[in-house]
Amino acid sequence: MVSAVDVPEETSAGAPVEIAVNRESCCGAGQCALAAPAVFTQSEEDGLVLLLDPNPPAELRDAVRRAQSHCPSRSITIR
Amino acid sequence: MPLDGSEVWLVTGHDLVRRMLADPRWSSSVEGGLSEDQPLHLKQPEPGMFIEMDGSEHARYRRMLTARFTVQRTNRLRPRIEQIVAERLDAMERLPRPVDLVAEFALPVPSLVICELLGMPYEDRAEFQEAARAFVRLDSPAEEIEAAMARLIGHLAKLIAAKRAEPDDALIGELVREGVLTDGELVQISMLLLVAGHETTANMIGLGTLLLLQHPDQLALVREGAPGAADELLRYLSIVDVVMFRGAKEDLTLGGQRIRAGEFGLASLGAANRDPALCEDPDRLDVTRPKTAHVALGFGPHQCLGQNLARLELEVAFQALLRRFPGLRAAVPLEEVPVRENSAIHGVHSLPVTW
Repeated sequence: MVSAVDVPEETSAGAPVEIAVNRESCCGAGQCALAAPAVFTQSEEDGLVLLLDPNPPAELRDAVRRAQSHCPSRSITIR
Repeated sequence: MPLDGSEVWLVTGHDLVRRMLADPRWSSSVEGGLSEDQPLHLKQPEPGMFIEMDGSEHARYRRMLTARFTVQRTNRLRPRIEQIVAERLDAMERLPRPVDLVAEFALPVPSLVICELLGMPYEDRAEFQEAARAFVRLDSPAEEIEAAMARLIGHLAKLIAAKRAEPDDALIGELVREGVLTDGELVQISMLLLVAGHETTANMIGLGTLLLLQHPDQLALVREGAPGAADELLRYLSIVDVVMFRGAKEDLTLGGQRIRAGEFGLASLGAANRDPALCEDPDRLDVTRPKTAHVALGFGPHQCLGQNLARLELEVAFQALLRRFPGLRAAVPLEEVPVRENSAIHGVHSLPVTW
Protein backbone atom coordinates (compact mmCIF):
# COMPACT_ATOMS: atom_id res chain seq x y z
CA MET A 1 0.00 0.00 0.00
CA VAL A 2 1.42 3.37 -1.01
CA SER A 3 0.66 6.19 1.37
CA ALA A 4 1.45 9.83 1.86
CA VAL A 5 4.45 9.10 4.05
CA ASP A 6 5.89 6.05 2.37
CA VAL A 7 9.00 6.82 0.44
CA PRO A 8 7.92 6.98 -3.20
CA GLU A 9 9.42 4.72 -5.81
CA GLU A 10 12.66 5.88 -7.37
CA THR A 11 11.76 8.24 -10.18
CA SER A 12 14.92 9.66 -11.70
CA ALA A 13 17.57 7.02 -11.10
CA GLY A 14 21.11 8.25 -11.49
CA ALA A 15 20.60 11.97 -11.06
CA PRO A 16 22.09 13.43 -7.86
CA VAL A 17 19.64 14.79 -5.30
CA GLU A 18 19.56 18.55 -4.77
CA ILE A 19 18.78 19.59 -1.22
CA ALA A 20 18.26 22.82 0.67
CA VAL A 21 17.68 23.25 4.40
CA ASN A 22 16.11 26.08 6.35
CA ARG A 23 18.00 26.79 9.58
CA GLU A 24 15.47 29.50 10.47
CA SER A 25 12.64 27.03 10.88
CA CYS A 26 14.75 24.06 12.06
CA CYS A 27 13.94 22.95 15.62
CA GLY A 28 16.95 20.68 16.12
CA ALA A 29 15.05 17.42 16.58
CA GLY A 30 17.77 15.49 14.75
CA GLN A 31 15.44 13.30 12.68
CA CYS A 32 17.40 14.09 9.51
CA ALA A 33 20.71 13.13 11.12
CA LEU A 34 19.14 9.80 12.10
CA ALA A 35 17.63 9.15 8.68
CA ALA A 36 20.55 10.23 6.46
CA PRO A 37 23.70 10.78 8.55
CA ALA A 38 25.89 11.08 5.45
CA VAL A 39 23.88 14.10 4.33
CA PHE A 40 22.67 15.86 7.48
CA THR A 41 24.16 16.56 10.86
CA GLN A 42 23.48 18.93 13.76
CA SER A 43 25.73 21.84 14.60
CA GLU A 44 27.67 21.46 17.84
CA GLU A 45 27.08 25.19 18.39
CA ASP A 46 23.32 25.47 18.13
CA GLY A 47 22.02 21.95 17.46
CA LEU A 48 20.39 23.04 14.19
CA VAL A 49 20.73 21.28 10.85
CA LEU A 50 23.95 21.39 8.85
CA LEU A 51 24.05 20.08 5.32
CA LEU A 52 27.07 17.83 4.85
CA ASP A 53 26.30 17.15 1.21
CA PRO A 54 23.90 19.37 -0.77
CA ASN A 55 24.11 17.04 -3.81
CA PRO A 56 24.18 13.49 -2.48
CA PRO A 57 24.35 10.60 -4.94
CA ALA A 58 21.14 9.00 -6.21
CA GLU A 59 21.51 5.97 -3.93
CA LEU A 60 20.85 8.23 -0.94
CA ARG A 61 17.62 9.54 -2.43
CA ASP A 62 15.39 7.28 -0.32
CA ALA A 63 17.21 8.18 2.90
CA VAL A 64 16.96 11.89 2.05
CA ARG A 65 13.24 11.56 1.33
CA ARG A 66 12.81 9.83 4.67
CA ALA A 67 14.68 12.67 6.37
CA GLN A 68 12.38 15.14 4.66
CA SER A 69 9.27 13.21 5.61
CA HIS A 70 10.33 12.83 9.25
CA CYS A 71 11.45 16.45 9.70
CA PRO A 72 8.99 17.97 12.22
CA SER A 73 9.62 21.56 11.18
CA ARG A 74 9.50 20.83 7.43
CA SER A 75 12.87 22.47 6.94
CA ILE A 76 14.19 20.23 4.15
CA THR A 77 13.52 20.90 0.47
CA ILE A 78 14.39 18.45 -2.28
CA ARG A 79 14.60 20.07 -5.68
CA MET B 1 -13.65 14.75 24.19
CA PRO B 2 -11.77 16.88 26.72
CA LEU B 3 -12.63 15.95 30.27
CA ASP B 4 -13.86 19.44 31.11
CA GLY B 5 -17.00 18.74 29.07
CA SER B 6 -16.37 21.36 26.38
CA GLU B 7 -16.32 20.74 22.64
CA VAL B 8 -13.09 20.53 20.67
CA TRP B 9 -12.06 19.39 17.22
CA LEU B 10 -10.63 15.89 17.59
CA VAL B 11 -7.94 15.33 14.96
CA THR B 12 -7.07 11.68 14.35
CA GLY B 13 -5.56 11.05 10.90
CA HIS B 14 -1.78 10.91 10.60
CA ASP B 15 -1.57 13.53 7.88
CA LEU B 16 -4.03 15.89 9.59
CA VAL B 17 -2.32 15.55 12.98
CA ARG B 18 1.03 16.43 11.42
CA ARG B 19 -0.48 19.34 9.52
CA MET B 20 -2.12 20.69 12.65
CA LEU B 21 0.96 20.38 14.84
CA ALA B 22 3.18 22.04 12.22
CA ASP B 23 0.71 24.89 11.58
CA PRO B 24 1.63 28.18 13.32
CA ARG B 25 -2.03 29.24 13.30
CA TRP B 26 -2.63 26.77 16.13
CA SER B 27 -1.37 28.12 19.46
CA SER B 28 0.27 26.01 22.18
CA SER B 29 -0.55 28.59 24.85
CA VAL B 30 -3.38 26.40 26.08
CA GLU B 31 -4.14 25.12 29.54
CA GLY B 32 -6.76 22.84 31.09
CA GLY B 33 -9.07 20.38 29.42
CA LEU B 34 -8.01 17.43 31.54
CA SER B 35 -10.49 17.84 34.37
CA GLU B 36 -13.86 19.44 35.03
CA ASP B 37 -12.48 22.04 37.38
CA GLN B 38 -10.06 23.41 34.79
CA PRO B 39 -11.76 24.20 31.49
CA LEU B 40 -9.69 24.65 28.35
CA HIS B 41 -8.50 28.21 27.94
CA LEU B 42 -5.71 30.23 26.41
CA LYS B 43 -3.07 31.34 28.87
CA GLN B 44 -0.10 33.64 29.10
CA PRO B 45 2.86 31.29 29.68
CA GLU B 46 5.30 31.94 32.52
CA PRO B 47 8.65 33.22 31.20
CA GLY B 48 10.74 30.14 30.40
CA MET B 49 7.84 27.66 30.08
CA PHE B 50 8.50 27.39 26.37
CA ILE B 51 6.35 24.30 25.74
CA GLU B 52 3.39 26.70 26.03
CA MET B 53 4.85 29.35 23.72
CA ASP B 54 4.51 29.95 20.00
CA GLY B 55 6.72 31.14 17.16
CA SER B 56 9.85 33.15 17.84
CA GLU B 57 9.24 33.30 21.59
CA HIS B 58 9.29 29.49 21.73
CA ALA B 59 12.27 29.24 19.36
CA ARG B 60 14.35 31.63 21.46
CA TYR B 61 14.24 29.33 24.49
CA ARG B 62 14.36 26.04 22.61
CA ARG B 63 17.48 27.14 20.76
CA MET B 64 19.32 27.65 24.02
CA LEU B 65 18.90 23.91 24.56
CA THR B 66 18.97 22.21 21.15
CA ALA B 67 22.78 21.88 21.05
CA ARG B 68 22.63 19.89 24.29
CA PHE B 69 20.21 17.29 22.91
CA THR B 70 21.61 16.57 19.45
CA VAL B 71 22.06 13.03 18.16
CA GLN B 72 25.86 13.28 18.51
CA ARG B 73 25.86 14.83 21.95
CA THR B 74 23.31 12.32 23.23
CA ASN B 75 25.31 9.41 21.85
CA ARG B 76 28.26 10.52 23.94
CA LEU B 77 26.12 9.78 27.01
CA ARG B 78 25.78 6.12 26.04
CA PRO B 79 28.54 4.71 28.29
CA ARG B 80 27.18 6.59 31.30
CA ILE B 81 23.60 5.46 30.59
CA GLU B 82 24.81 1.87 30.21
CA GLN B 83 26.51 2.19 33.58
CA ILE B 84 23.40 3.60 35.28
CA VAL B 85 21.29 0.80 33.79
CA ALA B 86 23.79 -1.89 34.83
CA GLU B 87 23.87 -0.55 38.40
CA ARG B 88 20.08 -0.67 38.64
CA LEU B 89 20.08 -4.23 37.31
CA ASP B 90 22.74 -5.18 39.90
CA ALA B 91 20.53 -3.70 42.61
CA MET B 92 17.50 -5.62 41.27
CA GLU B 93 19.44 -8.87 41.36
CA ARG B 94 20.14 -8.44 45.05
CA LEU B 95 16.46 -7.98 45.96
CA PRO B 96 14.10 -10.76 47.01
CA ARG B 97 11.78 -11.71 44.17
CA PRO B 98 9.30 -10.68 42.92
CA VAL B 99 10.67 -7.22 42.22
CA ASP B 100 8.58 -4.23 41.16
CA LEU B 101 10.14 -3.28 37.83
CA VAL B 102 8.61 0.21 37.94
CA ALA B 103 10.01 1.18 41.35
CA GLU B 104 13.39 -0.50 40.89
CA PHE B 105 14.16 0.09 37.22
CA ALA B 106 11.66 1.93 35.00
CA LEU B 107 11.50 5.05 37.17
CA PRO B 108 15.04 5.20 38.65
CA VAL B 109 16.85 4.94 35.28
CA PRO B 110 15.37 8.06 33.62
CA SER B 111 15.30 9.83 36.96
CA LEU B 112 19.04 9.29 37.47
CA VAL B 113 19.78 10.28 33.88
CA ILE B 114 17.80 13.53 33.85
CA CYS B 115 18.98 14.57 37.34
CA GLU B 116 22.60 14.05 36.33
CA LEU B 117 22.15 15.79 32.98
CA LEU B 118 20.56 18.84 34.60
CA GLY B 119 22.79 18.78 37.67
CA MET B 120 19.88 18.22 40.07
CA PRO B 121 20.50 16.14 43.22
CA TYR B 122 19.04 12.64 42.82
CA GLU B 123 18.37 12.69 46.58
CA ASP B 124 15.55 15.14 45.78
CA ARG B 125 13.91 12.76 43.33
CA ALA B 126 10.84 12.12 45.48
CA GLU B 127 9.95 15.79 45.08
CA PHE B 128 10.39 15.74 41.28
CA GLN B 129 8.65 12.41 40.82
CA GLU B 130 5.68 13.38 42.96
CA ALA B 131 5.19 16.69 41.16
CA ALA B 132 5.56 15.03 37.75
CA ARG B 133 2.92 12.45 38.68
CA ALA B 134 0.52 15.11 39.96
CA PHE B 135 0.77 17.05 36.67
CA VAL B 136 -0.27 14.10 34.54
CA ARG B 137 -2.92 12.59 36.81
CA LEU B 138 -6.33 13.31 35.40
CA ASP B 139 -8.00 13.12 38.80
CA SER B 140 -5.66 15.55 40.57
CA PRO B 141 -7.74 18.49 41.77
CA ALA B 142 -6.45 21.79 40.41
CA GLU B 143 -5.42 22.88 43.93
CA GLU B 144 -3.32 19.74 44.34
CA ILE B 145 -1.48 20.37 41.09
CA GLU B 146 -0.93 23.97 42.06
CA ALA B 147 0.38 22.93 45.47
CA ALA B 148 2.74 20.35 43.95
CA MET B 149 3.93 22.92 41.45
CA ALA B 150 4.44 25.56 44.14
CA ARG B 151 6.52 23.12 46.23
CA LEU B 152 8.61 22.17 43.23
CA ILE B 153 9.11 25.81 42.21
CA GLY B 154 10.25 26.67 45.75
CA HIS B 155 12.64 23.76 45.73
CA LEU B 156 14.06 24.57 42.30
CA ALA B 157 14.48 28.23 43.24
CA LYS B 158 16.75 27.15 46.10
CA LEU B 159 18.73 24.86 43.80
CA ILE B 160 19.18 27.62 41.24
CA ALA B 161 20.35 30.04 43.91
CA ALA B 162 22.96 27.43 44.88
CA LYS B 163 24.03 27.15 41.22
CA ARG B 164 24.38 30.93 41.00
CA ALA B 165 26.75 30.78 43.95
CA GLU B 166 28.64 27.80 42.55
CA PRO B 167 27.82 26.92 38.93
CA ASP B 168 28.73 23.37 37.87
CA ASP B 169 29.20 21.88 34.38
CA ALA B 170 25.77 20.27 34.11
CA LEU B 171 23.03 21.78 31.96
CA ILE B 172 21.46 24.18 34.46
CA GLY B 173 24.88 25.28 35.74
CA GLU B 174 25.93 26.08 32.17
CA LEU B 175 22.76 28.10 31.58
CA VAL B 176 23.41 30.01 34.81
CA ARG B 177 26.95 30.76 33.68
CA GLU B 178 25.77 31.97 30.28
CA GLY B 179 23.92 34.66 32.21
CA VAL B 180 21.05 35.19 29.75
CA LEU B 181 18.15 33.75 31.73
CA THR B 182 16.53 35.06 34.91
CA ASP B 183 16.10 32.86 37.97
CA GLY B 184 12.38 32.61 37.21
CA GLU B 185 13.07 31.40 33.66
CA LEU B 186 15.63 28.88 34.93
CA VAL B 187 13.09 27.50 37.42
CA GLN B 188 10.48 27.03 34.69
CA ILE B 189 12.94 25.42 32.26
CA SER B 190 14.26 23.09 34.98
CA MET B 191 10.73 22.12 35.92
CA LEU B 192 9.80 21.42 32.31
CA LEU B 193 12.87 19.26 31.64
CA LEU B 194 12.52 17.38 34.92
CA VAL B 195 8.86 16.54 34.42
CA ALA B 196 9.36 15.67 30.75
CA GLY B 197 12.35 13.50 31.62
CA HIS B 198 10.52 11.59 34.33
CA GLU B 199 7.02 10.74 33.25
CA THR B 200 7.66 9.75 29.67
CA THR B 201 10.65 7.43 29.57
CA ALA B 202 9.69 5.78 32.88
CA ASN B 203 6.24 4.89 31.56
CA MET B 204 7.69 3.69 28.27
CA ILE B 205 10.02 1.29 30.09
CA GLY B 206 7.25 -0.01 32.39
CA LEU B 207 4.51 -0.36 29.81
CA GLY B 208 6.98 -1.42 27.11
CA THR B 209 8.23 -4.30 29.23
CA LEU B 210 4.66 -5.43 29.87
CA LEU B 211 3.94 -5.29 26.14
CA LEU B 212 7.06 -7.31 25.31
CA LEU B 213 6.14 -9.93 27.91
CA GLN B 214 2.85 -10.28 26.02
CA HIS B 215 4.77 -10.69 22.72
CA PRO B 216 7.63 -13.16 23.36
CA ASP B 217 8.69 -13.22 19.70
CA GLN B 218 9.12 -9.43 19.74
CA LEU B 219 10.85 -9.62 23.11
CA ALA B 220 13.43 -12.00 21.64
CA LEU B 221 14.08 -9.59 18.76
CA VAL B 222 14.57 -6.67 21.17
CA ARG B 223 17.00 -8.74 23.24
CA GLU B 224 18.96 -9.48 20.06
CA GLY B 225 19.23 -5.74 19.44
CA ALA B 226 16.57 -4.90 16.81
CA PRO B 227 17.67 -1.33 15.97
CA GLY B 228 14.20 0.11 15.41
CA ALA B 229 12.64 -1.28 18.57
CA ALA B 230 12.49 1.98 20.52
CA ASP B 231 10.64 3.83 17.75
CA GLU B 232 8.22 0.97 17.15
CA LEU B 233 7.42 0.73 20.87
CA LEU B 234 6.93 4.51 20.96
CA ARG B 235 4.58 4.30 17.99
CA TYR B 236 2.64 1.29 19.17
CA LEU B 237 2.14 2.45 22.76
CA SER B 238 1.71 6.20 22.08
CA ILE B 239 1.80 6.81 25.84
CA VAL B 240 1.19 10.53 25.29
CA ASP B 241 -2.10 10.30 23.47
CA VAL B 242 -4.96 12.72 23.94
CA VAL B 243 -3.30 15.69 25.66
CA MET B 244 -2.09 17.69 22.66
CA PHE B 245 -4.48 20.63 22.82
CA ARG B 246 -4.07 23.61 20.53
CA GLY B 247 -6.09 26.82 20.15
CA ALA B 248 -6.93 28.26 16.73
CA LYS B 249 -5.51 31.80 16.53
CA GLU B 250 -7.42 32.56 13.33
CA ASP B 251 -10.09 30.99 11.14
CA LEU B 252 -8.65 28.01 9.29
CA THR B 253 -9.60 24.87 7.40
CA LEU B 254 -8.38 21.41 8.36
CA GLY B 255 -9.51 18.23 6.68
CA GLY B 256 -12.28 20.17 4.95
CA GLN B 257 -13.64 21.48 8.26
CA ARG B 258 -13.95 25.19 8.90
CA ILE B 259 -12.42 25.98 12.28
CA ARG B 260 -13.03 29.38 13.86
CA ALA B 261 -10.54 31.48 15.75
CA GLY B 262 -10.92 30.76 19.46
CA GLU B 263 -11.92 27.12 18.99
CA PHE B 264 -9.75 24.34 20.34
CA GLY B 265 -8.35 21.20 18.75
CA LEU B 266 -6.99 18.00 20.19
CA ALA B 267 -4.49 15.95 18.20
CA SER B 268 -4.72 12.24 19.01
CA LEU B 269 -1.17 10.99 18.61
CA GLY B 270 -2.31 7.44 19.31
CA ALA B 271 -4.90 7.48 16.53
CA ALA B 272 -2.41 9.04 14.13
CA ASN B 273 0.09 6.32 14.96
CA ARG B 274 -2.45 3.59 14.14
CA ASP B 275 -3.49 5.19 10.85
CA PRO B 276 -3.11 2.66 7.99
CA ALA B 277 -1.72 5.53 5.91
CA LEU B 278 1.31 5.62 8.22
CA CYS B 279 2.41 2.03 7.88
CA GLU B 280 1.19 -1.39 6.91
CA ASP B 281 -0.82 -3.26 9.53
CA PRO B 282 -0.49 -0.50 12.15
CA ASP B 283 -2.14 -2.53 14.93
CA ARG B 284 0.64 -5.09 14.76
CA LEU B 285 3.74 -4.64 16.92
CA ASP B 286 6.74 -5.23 14.68
CA VAL B 287 10.10 -4.12 16.07
CA THR B 288 11.78 -4.95 12.77
CA ARG B 289 9.73 -2.34 10.89
CA PRO B 290 11.71 0.40 9.17
CA LYS B 291 11.39 3.61 11.19
CA THR B 292 7.99 5.15 10.55
CA ALA B 293 7.09 8.84 10.55
CA HIS B 294 5.20 8.25 13.81
CA VAL B 295 4.14 11.19 15.96
CA ALA B 296 4.62 9.62 19.41
CA LEU B 297 7.15 12.38 20.13
CA GLY B 298 4.88 15.03 18.69
CA PHE B 299 5.36 16.95 15.48
CA GLY B 300 6.08 20.53 14.49
CA PRO B 301 8.43 22.91 16.26
CA HIS B 302 7.54 21.45 19.67
CA GLN B 303 8.52 17.88 18.82
CA CYS B 304 10.19 16.32 21.85
CA LEU B 305 13.48 18.08 22.59
CA GLY B 306 14.80 15.04 24.47
CA GLN B 307 13.79 12.49 21.85
CA ASN B 308 17.30 11.26 21.10
CA LEU B 309 17.98 10.83 24.80
CA ALA B 310 14.69 8.93 25.12
CA ARG B 311 15.57 6.63 22.20
CA LEU B 312 18.97 5.92 23.71
CA GLU B 313 17.62 5.25 27.20
CA LEU B 314 14.93 2.93 25.85
CA GLU B 315 17.34 1.02 23.64
CA VAL B 316 19.89 0.54 26.41
CA ALA B 317 17.31 -0.21 29.11
CA PHE B 318 15.31 -2.85 27.20
CA GLN B 319 18.35 -4.67 25.81
CA ALA B 320 20.23 -4.74 29.12
CA LEU B 321 17.15 -5.81 31.09
CA LEU B 322 16.30 -8.66 28.72
CA ARG B 323 19.92 -9.84 28.46
CA ARG B 324 20.48 -9.76 32.22
CA PHE B 325 17.29 -11.71 32.93
CA PRO B 326 16.64 -14.04 29.98
CA GLY B 327 13.86 -15.69 31.97
CA LEU B 328 12.13 -12.40 32.85
CA ARG B 329 8.42 -12.89 33.43
CA ALA B 330 5.55 -11.21 35.23
CA ALA B 331 4.99 -12.47 38.77
CA VAL B 332 1.23 -11.86 38.47
CA PRO B 333 -1.18 -12.66 35.62
CA LEU B 334 -0.63 -9.97 32.99
CA GLU B 335 -4.24 -8.83 33.18
CA GLU B 336 -3.77 -8.08 36.89
CA VAL B 337 -0.93 -5.59 36.34
CA PRO B 338 -2.31 -2.25 37.59
CA VAL B 339 -2.63 0.06 34.61
CA ARG B 340 -2.72 3.83 35.12
CA GLU B 341 -6.25 4.76 34.22
CA ASN B 342 -6.36 8.29 35.54
CA SER B 343 -3.30 9.64 33.84
CA ALA B 344 -2.68 11.80 30.80
CA ILE B 345 0.28 9.52 30.07
CA HIS B 346 -0.32 5.78 29.74
CA GLY B 347 1.67 3.45 31.95
CA VAL B 348 1.56 0.89 34.74
CA HIS B 349 1.62 1.69 38.46
CA SER B 350 3.77 -1.34 39.17
CA LEU B 351 4.99 -4.44 37.37
CA PRO B 352 5.98 -7.32 39.66
CA VAL B 353 8.54 -9.46 37.85
CA THR B 354 10.66 -12.49 38.55
CA TRP B 355 13.22 -14.47 36.51
